[in-house]
Amino acid sequence: MRSIALSVMLVSLLAACAGQQTKEQAGAAVEERAPGARPAEQAKPAETRPLTTQPVAVNPLKDPGNILSKRSVYYDFDSFVIKDEYKAIVEVHARYLRDNPRAKVLLQGNADERGSREYNLALGQKRAESVKKAMELLGVQDRRMEAVSLGEEKPRALGHDEPSWAENRRSDIVYDGE
Amino acid sequence: MQRLARRALSSMFLLMAFLSWGPARAALTIEIIGGGAQQIPVAIVPFAQEAGLPQQITPVVGADLARSGLFRLVDPAGASLSEPAQVIYADWRGRGADALVIGSVNRLADGRFEVRFRLLDVAKQSQLAGFAYTVTAGQLRVTAHRIADVIYEKLTGDQGVFSTRIAYVAKQGSRYELQVADADGANAQTIVASNEPIISPAWSPDATRLAYVSFEHKKPVVYVQSLLTGQRHAIANFRGSNSAPAWSPDGTRLAVVLTLMGNSQIYLINGDGTGLTRLTNTSAIDTEPYFSPDGQSILFTSDRGGGPQIYRMPVAGGAAERLTFEGTYNVSPRYSPDGKSFVFVQRNGGHFNVAVQDLATRQVQLLTENPLDESPSFAPNGRMILYASEVRGRGILAAVSSDGRVKQRLSAQAGDVREPAWGPLVKSQ
Repeated sequence: MRSIALSVMLVSLLAACAGQQTKEQAGAAVEERAPGARPAEQAKPAETRPLTTQPVAVNPLKDPGNILSKRSVYYDFDSFVIKDEYKAIVEVHARYLRDNPRAKVLLQGNADERGSREYNLALGQKRAESVKKAMELLGVQDRRMEAVSLGEEKPRALGHDEPSWAENRRSDIVYDGE
Repeated sequence: MQRLARRALSSMFLLMAFLSWGPARAALTIEIIGGGAQQIPVAIVPFAQEAGLPQQITPVVGADLARSGLFRLVDPAGASLSEPAQVIYADWRGRGADALVIGSVNRLADGRFEVRFRLLDVAKQSQLAGFAYTVTAGQLRVTAHRIADVIYEKLTGDQGVFSTRIAYVAKQGSRYELQVADADGANAQTIVASNEPIISPAWSPDATRLAYVSFEHKKPVVYVQSLLTGQRHAIANFRGSNSAPAWSPDGTRLAVVLTLMGNSQIYLINGDGTGLTRLTNTSAIDTEPYFSPDGQSILFTSDRGGGPQIYRMPVAGGAAERLTFEGTYNVSPRYSPDGKSFVFVQRNGGHFNVAVQDLATRQVQLLTENPLDESPSFAPNGRMILYASEVRGRGILAAVSSDGRVKQRLSAQAGDVREPAWGPLVKSQ
């Protein structure tokens, strides 16, 4: 009896913690500026912009010239296997997370619009989970990643054809505070 | 101990500033597409003294009966009568009416109204039902639905569901509104509004609460909201995704889908967010749980055999049994109110359609043939099935009788409507 009550309480506390964690993620504005990003910075083409209007330090996660700004992994129909061409993206983000111990990510899986909304939510979860597992194998701790699904609810492409569906079969890597 | 648990829970309570509560802007309109094989001819005489009322009774009763597809309205042709003594049955037999509805509305001294009605059998020249209701002006419409329920019940032998309500999600631009309306689409109220998606509304068995999934925190979280107070709280906000709420028939707990171990699995949780227990234990997708009316088993969708198929398992735990074998994609199961069959969505070619399977014979009947149907739910009398469909790229709600004969369409004036759930019967006082 006592142990049941205890486990009930633990579950409640876990629920409360989970809630707080999500709220923090939504609210905190985290600017990641890290030494690990410098080599990529140097590899960029020479600056031609006037020095006065642009800050010198660019967030590598937002820099279009940096592979870290690529956040999407795409999938075949009814699949959650990360295709070879997207493995480099997963690897570079895993390295960034290893180099920046305070950084955390939300991995959001998506599905195309065909079929049941709840089943698509579960499919999107499998896709987000595939990225999480790959990053775990690359040395990122479980607690720094949360895999969630948006199912078919947040389509990036709004068409009702194969190119739109392909765009929406996707996982996105979102950093805490973004 | 209990207080601690309660405090942990109260920290889950959230009431967001951007959430609103109030009348919805656009009402649903209904279009009837087929009819029943045999329709009962009924004449409804406009009730005495209803002409000047803020809400007339007989047009609502007539529209309810006609919409069911089981009745044909016989023109009362200017008849004016409200008491059985005034009825000349031969006249009504001559006009082809099997049943006659008469009544009156009287304003009382305290401002309320007395609504009297009688349902008469024209052939037997006898009264089938007769009631008097004392109501406020605001209750006139629901009283009309109650009268339609009585007529439906007396003439078909089935329970009427005209005074029940439906829930659905209306989307206009990037705005999502969870709305509740009367079964005829009137009286739409916005329960919660958000700039992020809302899906999977589920009625509590007493019709006082809705569970639903909201994406307002960048991920799916299950909320339960009171329709009486508007107060809501997150009952499942665990790490990962939280979705697919379904109430137990006694209203004490819900089945939800969580991803605590990575994949989507079905859990049971009390209505206050305590007492989490895991129900399915696979490495596959297990989702879309739905309780049987006796509360003993759960239907759900699983891809444990490869593609998504429908399974049944005891709520107490144990082995799951696969129920669907036709086709490679069968999802979204919901029991009929008598527990003898279930409705679901089946993919046929590139189309997604509503189908019913009998649990005893395993026979499947396809009920719709549109390109993209989803989220079917039974009316509480089991006679109609409400589902989401699409016409010219716009989301609409549609209903089909469980024999496939009668079809209705409900659409909003603008935007999409989707994710319908037919509410339970509310016991009349």
